[in-house]
Amino acid sequence: MKHKYLKNVTTLAYSEKKCTGCGRCAEVCPHGVFYANGKKACILDRDACMECGACARNCPVGAINVNAGTGCAIAIITGWITGKEPTCGCSSECC
Amino acid sequence: MIETISTKLSLKDVLGSLKVRLGIGRMDYAVEPGLYAIGKPGGNSPVLVSANYKFTFDTLRKNLAGLDCWLLILDTKSVNVWCAAGKGTFGTDELIHRIETSELSKYVSHSRLILPQLGAAGVSAHEVKKCSGFDVDYGPIRASDIKKYIEMGCEATREMRTVQFNLWDRLVLVPVDLIAAVKYSLPVIGVLLVANQFAPKPFDKTDAAVSAGAVFAGTVLTPALLPYIPGNAFSLKGWLLGLGCTAGILGLSRKYTKDDRMLAAGSLLLYPAISSYLAMNFTGSSTYTSPSGVNKEMRKALPLIVGASAIGAGLVLGSHLLGGRKTK
Repeated sequence: MKHKYLKNVTTLAYSEKKCTGCGRCAEVCPHGVFYANGKKACILDRDACMECGACARNCPVGAINVNAGTGCAIAIITGWITGKEPTCGCSSECC
Repeated sequence: MIETISTKLSLKDVLGSLKVRLGIGRMDYAVEPGLYAIGKPGGNSPVLVSANYKFTFDTLRKNLAGLDCWLLILDTKSVNVWCAAGKGTFGTDELIHRIETSELSKYVSHSRLILPQLGAAGVSAHEVKKCSGFDVDYGPIRASDIKKYIEMGCEATREMRTVQFNLWDRLVLVPVDLIAAVKYSLPVIGVLLVANQFAPKPFDKTDAAVSAGAVFAGTVLTPALLPYIPGNAFSLKGWLLGLGCTAGILGLSRKYTKDDRMLAAGSLLLYPAISSYLAMNFTGSSTYTSPSGVNKEMRKALPLIVGASAIGAGLVLGSHLLGGRKTK
């Protein structure tokens, strides 16, 4: 059963104009958000984006932008309290 | 001299992994970063890159039996690949640095690296190419697919590229959260036991059962049943199960007298809120929640959780400490 989280929240922004069709975004996305098959990439499932930032970091032409971070409640609360960027304080499986 | 490592785990390794799953010493379970050999690799053998968290290292090597390959281990401060990529320690700079210090190009005649796909959040493949000359291929997500990936000529199927979060993946994460929740509960239990000496209406088995039920609903039941519970927000899922548990236990065990109404109302406010909070924490363990989503969820849920807990705790404590029945 596929997990679903909140809809219409991701900060993922993609510029098809800049895309060269290298396919890296589809290669790195752990949720199959992008599809690319030798042509310009397209977004298949935008609401599956977890904002890990892998696509943006590996796009050689800067066609993708996303506010990447950790989707962890404790990290975000800690971020609110300390006023810093939320980072996961734990090791192992917990982020 | 490059150390050759075994693809078999010793009893000590297995016990080490078990300890990590129970949350014991998992922040400091590391291997030395650098280049290692599996089997008898040569100049054309593939190079796999990974993290120096020993749990990760062990999971990887036990899946490489029969292969001849190199392992380039980055210094991720004993954190797994995905988390380290998020923090940037499994990152472009560390990879370039490790390629140089390990003198990798002395050992291999090709210039291809296989990175775990989940490392991509920290590594920029085109920058690695520019700075080191090495091409980055992102391999499969799971170590168990690596052999198949290499056999297929370094091609991954869509299934290999998609992160899972099945029942077993979720259940193995339960002990760490459960142990943490119990740890935080101990001081509260201590204070209540002392208060019980003076309370006109002491906390009893039912109170113990509903609070244990709330923790169980939030840290065990919610992860186990995650995709089957209605709603998308973790806090809502946890609250629903917490409400079910609390109402169920209260219904089974308490005779509703007039005096118990305040206690029942307080319990129904307090305990599901605790389950909700604990369930929300599981966003950090999940493999699919975005920071924007968790942010939105918390802005709505946290005020409700805090409000319900405060009023609920007030009613529960009030009915036990201030009044109700006279002492038996």
